[in-house]
Amino acid sequence: MRILAEQNNFEAVITVGQLTTYIKDLFAADTMLNKLRVSGEISNFKYHTSGHMYFTLKDASASLRCVMFKSANERLAFRPADGFRVVLGGRLSVYERDGQYQMYVESMMPDGVGSLFTAFEVLKKRLEAQGLFAQGAKVKLPRFPRCIGVVTSPTGAALKDILATLSRRFPQSEVRIVPVLVQGTEAAAQIAEAINFFNTLSDVDVLIIGRGGGSIEELWAFNEEVVAHAIFNSRIPVVSAVGHETDFTISDFVADVRAATPTAAAEQVVPDKRELLQFLNVAGKRMLMMMQAKLDNNRRYLESLANAREITRPNVRIDQYRQVLDNIDTRLGDRLAYVLQGCAARLNYLDGKLEALSPEAVLARGFAICLDAAGTVIRDADSLNDGDALNIRLHQGIVGARVIKTH
Amino acid sequence: MMLTHPKKLTLSFEQALKRLENVIACLEKSDCPLEEALALYQEGMTLLVYCRDKLDDAEKKVTMFSKETGKFERIGDGDQA
Repeated sequence: MRILAEQNNFEAVITVGQLTTYIKDLFAADTMLNKLRVSGEISNFKYHTSGHMYFTLKDASASLRCVMFKSANERLAFRPADGFRVVLGGRLSVYERDGQYQMYVESMMPDGVGSLFTAFEVLKKRLEAQGLFAQGAKVKLPRFPRCIGVVTSPTGAALKDILATLSRRFPQSEVRIVPVLVQGTEAAAQIAEAINFFNTLSDVDVLIIGRGGGSIEELWAFNEEVVAHAIFNSRIPVVSAVGHETDFTISDFVADVRAATPTAAAEQVVPDKRELLQFLNVAGKRMLMMMQAKLDNNRRYLESLANAREITRPNVRIDQYRQVLDNIDTRLGDRLAYVLQGCAARLNYLDGKLEALSPEAVLARGFAICLDAAGTVIRDADSLNDGDALNIRLHQGIVGARVIKTH
Repeated sequence: MMLTHPKKLTLSFEQALKRLENVIACLEKSDCPLEEALALYQEGMTLLVYCRDKLDDAEKKVTMFSKETGKFERIGDGDQA
């Protein structure tokens, strides 16, 4: 502070404001006070309507005034309350108006297992309400990933397990690892960043994020909201494999698939080469069998055709037709005979009628026809003269005659 | 059916396997004509050999991102320090 530096003697008088500013600058220049981690218990907790949180952090021997602004507490996994044991991250500074130093809290972590479980449950409920665990948002894993992204510690047993399993089951897949810290304050940010980074690459088909077993504090990074959102926003399907079978983390709930262990994750991500080879063997045998069956069927059908009566004895069919023809012939003959018979009967009838009308029949009854010399039928006696020659036609024969007397 | 040499197929393993499953399903249809069945059978066998080759050809590639180079660098069998 220039004023003080220049008037560095006991007689100099400065204002309260100048002094406070001086102290504030001292605090600001101190490296440690600007990056603090402080543990203690929360008391006098006030959640102001402005969204800022005011409280006192205390232990058996001292207390510290704290403020956590809205911008910082929005990221909290849980709602703090009096009695909560926490670890705060932030910086110490002076609030000039009250002449008070206070901690400006940037992060808050539950301190101790009981607090962590509470925080976990609260965050889980909140993220669930936001829809981060929705089954509908989950994506199916690819059947044969060409490239697998792994987000884990480069030195952990988890990575060894994953690589060993992948190489045993499906060495065809490429594996890309982004090494991260999996515990500590930096872990969550690194994990989230790695997930986001993989999403900027075009050729990664599936992600495994995880770590080996550990205490709830050690697994905590996978419970943090920043990781949850990174998983939720990941375009690439994510398999979460954190700790052992019995460990559940927020990332397990958000991920598309939860695997009990890193080994299980690798098993779920790739098919088993041996099973595939077996499938191929079976497929080959099945195709061969089906082809054989089809050929056999066709052969049998061909044989059945060759054995058909039409082919072995073609006359059978011809004889059949012949018989049909004969049948038709007979029926036709019968019909014709019937029609002819009808005609004959009618002819007889007409013949009888004709006969009744014929002059022959009249002559037979004793009548005679007179004809003149010219053969003309004589109907009138006046047309004749005495002595004219006549021909009289009787039933049997013709007699010549002469007119003796006309009347 | 043009016979393709398995080495000349450009399918991914997944595509080849899917097609193989298809071929088998087609062959199973009783009304599949013989000519078609023969063609399918040949295609199926080609795909089979192709898939088997792909499985045998285990070119394991494991890389780790390096902050220094900003690239994925080849590593050994998970024994990276």
